[in-house]
Amino acid sequence: MSNKDITVVVGMSGGVDSSVTAKLLLEQGYNVIGIFMKNWDDTDEFGVCTATEDYEDVRLVAEEIGIPYYSVNFEKEYYDRVFQYFLDEYKKGRTPNPDVMCNKEIKFKAFLEHAMKLGADYVATGHYARVEHDGENVRMLRGVDNNKDQTYFLNQLSKEQLSKVLFPLGELEKKDVRELAHKYDLATKDKKDSTGICFIGERDFKSFLSTYLPANPGRMVNLETGEDKGKHDGLMYYTIGQRQGLGIGGDGGPYFVAGKNLETNELYVVQGDSSDKLNSTSLLASEVNFINPVKDTFQATAKFRYRQKDIPVTVKVLGDDKIEVSYDSASAVTPGQAVVLYDGDTVIGGATIDSVYRDGEFLEYLA
Amino acid sequence: MSIYVDYAATTPIDEKIMNSMLENASKFGNPSSIHRLGKEAKAFYEGSRKNIAKRLNAQPEEIIFTSSATEANNQVIRGTVQGKIGAHVITTKTEHASVKETYADLEKEHEVTYVDVDDKGLINLEQLKSQLRDDTLLVSIILVNNETGTIQPIKEISKIVKEKGALLHIDAVQAFKYLPIDVTDLNCDFLTLSGHKLYAPKGIGLLYLKSNTHLHSLITGGSQERERRAGTENTLFAHAFRLAIEEADDNRDKNNQIIADLKQSLIEALEAEGVPFEINGDIELQTSHILNLYFPWTETEYLLTALDLNGIYASGGSACNAGTVIPSHVITAMYDEARSNRSIRFSFSEKVDKNDITQIAKVLNKIYKNLNDSGFIN
Repeated sequence: MSNKDITVVVGMSGGVDSSVTAKLLLEQGYNVIGIFMKNWDDTDEFGVCTATEDYEDVRLVAEEIGIPYYSVNFEKEYYDRVFQYFLDEYKKGRTPNPDVMCNKEIKFKAFLEHAMKLGADYVATGHYARVEHDGENVRMLRGVDNNKDQTYFLNQLSKEQLSKVLFPLGELEKKDVRELAHKYDLATKDKKDSTGICFIGERDFKSFLSTYLPANPGRMVNLETGEDKGKHDGLMYYTIGQRQGLGIGGDGGPYFVAGKNLETNELYVVQGDSSDKLNSTSLLASEVNFINPVKDTFQATAKFRYRQKDIPVTVKVLGDDKIEVSYDSASAVTPGQAVVLYDGDTVIGGATIDSVYRDGEFLEYLA
Repeated sequence: MSIYVDYAATTPIDEKIMNSMLENASKFGNPSSIHRLGKEAKAFYEGSRKNIAKRLNAQPEEIIFTSSATEANNQVIRGTVQGKIGAHVITTKTEHASVKETYADLEKEHEVTYVDVDDKGLINLEQLKSQLRDDTLLVSIILVNNETGTIQPIKEISKIVKEKGALLHIDAVQAFKYLPIDVTDLNCDFLTLSGHKLYAPKGIGLLYLKSNTHLHSLITGGSQERERRAGTENTLFAHAFRLAIEEADDNRDKNNQIIADLKQSLIEALEAEGVPFEINGDIELQTSHILNLYFPWTETEYLLTALDLNGIYASGGSACNAGTVIPSHVITAMYDEARSNRSIRFSFSEKVDKNDITQIAKVLNKIYKNLNDSGFIN
């Protein structure tokens, strides 16, 4: 089958990455269709939604390169499957990762299905990751641009999902993508990269969250000394390891968030990031996804947060959709975030961190 | 291959009309000018007005040209209530956006009442009677619905409204091609029409305004249109509009027969193909140029995309600025939003090839089969 008989639906966001993705696939001879996903009703006080401007950029690029383009509305799916999870996790004092959920439930489920219904053989996005299809075998690898690698957010994709996915940017450095956009003179060639979570956009995170969840201020307590360190604005606003925005300091260096107590509504802080209290040696995680089958116990490297350096770990599959991940020492491992496992550049899979331990002792305050 | 079945959205410019516009393009003078070139343009323009008035059984001075029917509807509604804070006005739940959104805007300063429709799309006349008050200023009604083709019993409505002494505004944009319009017979105070639904260019509409009816002008800046609508007259488009109205008026019966056959053919072809669907509204109460169908097995947004990829241009609901489909408020008012989310409007003209109707049914069947075979239909 030649590429022209292969239909690829590209998820176009109106950004430079997905614009170049569409153009590259077209250059490779695929039958390309661009589709814009509208996942959030973000109309501002002037009645303008950024989605309008992003869609306008999709239109411009699609017209420039000569592909049909459409929109699809997943506001309801996004609200039910991503945003609700996001709020629920914050209510539990955890730090969720909505982008992981968005990829799992929207971009590579609802959108993938929409594309398949339209007769697509593949969907493509502008993610910095690589996927290799070799007959029945499917592997996901880190993008060659280590600084932009987005496999952390894609860790929940199954083999079935990945078998229908193309990531043309995985082989490229970000600067190459900009250069290509200039070479092809795409309308989005100089567009700023979007930052933050899509539904929050450029708005202040605190004020956004407070419109959905009641903020419940309480006390900050030094976890090591028991000393009262003043007021916090609400546990949901803080994440483990956070240094900024605590409003406390003094001799002995900066303070860090070390944990939360949901029952007493106390925020635990420690002074100095070398504090033992932030360190752990193992974790339990659930919602386990392995792209390909694994042994019951295996060695790997892992990331506990996006853009952290990998550390060596031992993984034990516990059954019941749980794994135990052990390591020498890691700081500020945070429940709600993903643990993503690698074998060299290959993504083994990932899971959601539930609880954290030091030498077998459950660190209850680490929430 | 492409099949256009979205004539209720707009029509192409008729070739004869286009040629006649080009032939008359030399009459470029400003009708307000004193010189002969201006007078030539004035005569040309007033000729269009006079001929259109004749077709509507109106007086020439009762016709005001506008840029669109949207402008005309805005002019009627806003121009009537202006300076009358707290006025009571009535409209229906199935109006075109240009009336619906304008009434929504009035809610800030006025009292707006909405009449319900039944599942055939007909307005509830008893409700209208009970809503009408001695101080009701204006009632706006769409004669032929732009989503379903439902024809309102306008003579009865007119009688009810006039008995109470309110002003009656009829949006006849979708009606004129298929129903004769006689403003005297309809006993209305305002009536609006659009050129681009009748093979004239986009950018011309009109407002019939009954003699001696007060209307505050929205656009000021000149004495054109008897000071009802300022702005240099669009003489060529008014001419095109005149030709379009005459053409539609002369061929109404013939066109009605052709489109009735097209509509019936699509229904039969879909039945023959075995594609599950239901008709929105009652075809006995509709014009034939619109067929609005409910497809229980998929959503409007998906189906419009799939049809477009197959070269079939239909519509459903309205598009938001980000390109997604907003379900039709008309189908929602008649049924519910779930049904509205799964409905498509096909709209015809006499120019649609009957073979294309068979093709539409085939494509729909192909889409349906693919979804079904792939397990996308529960």
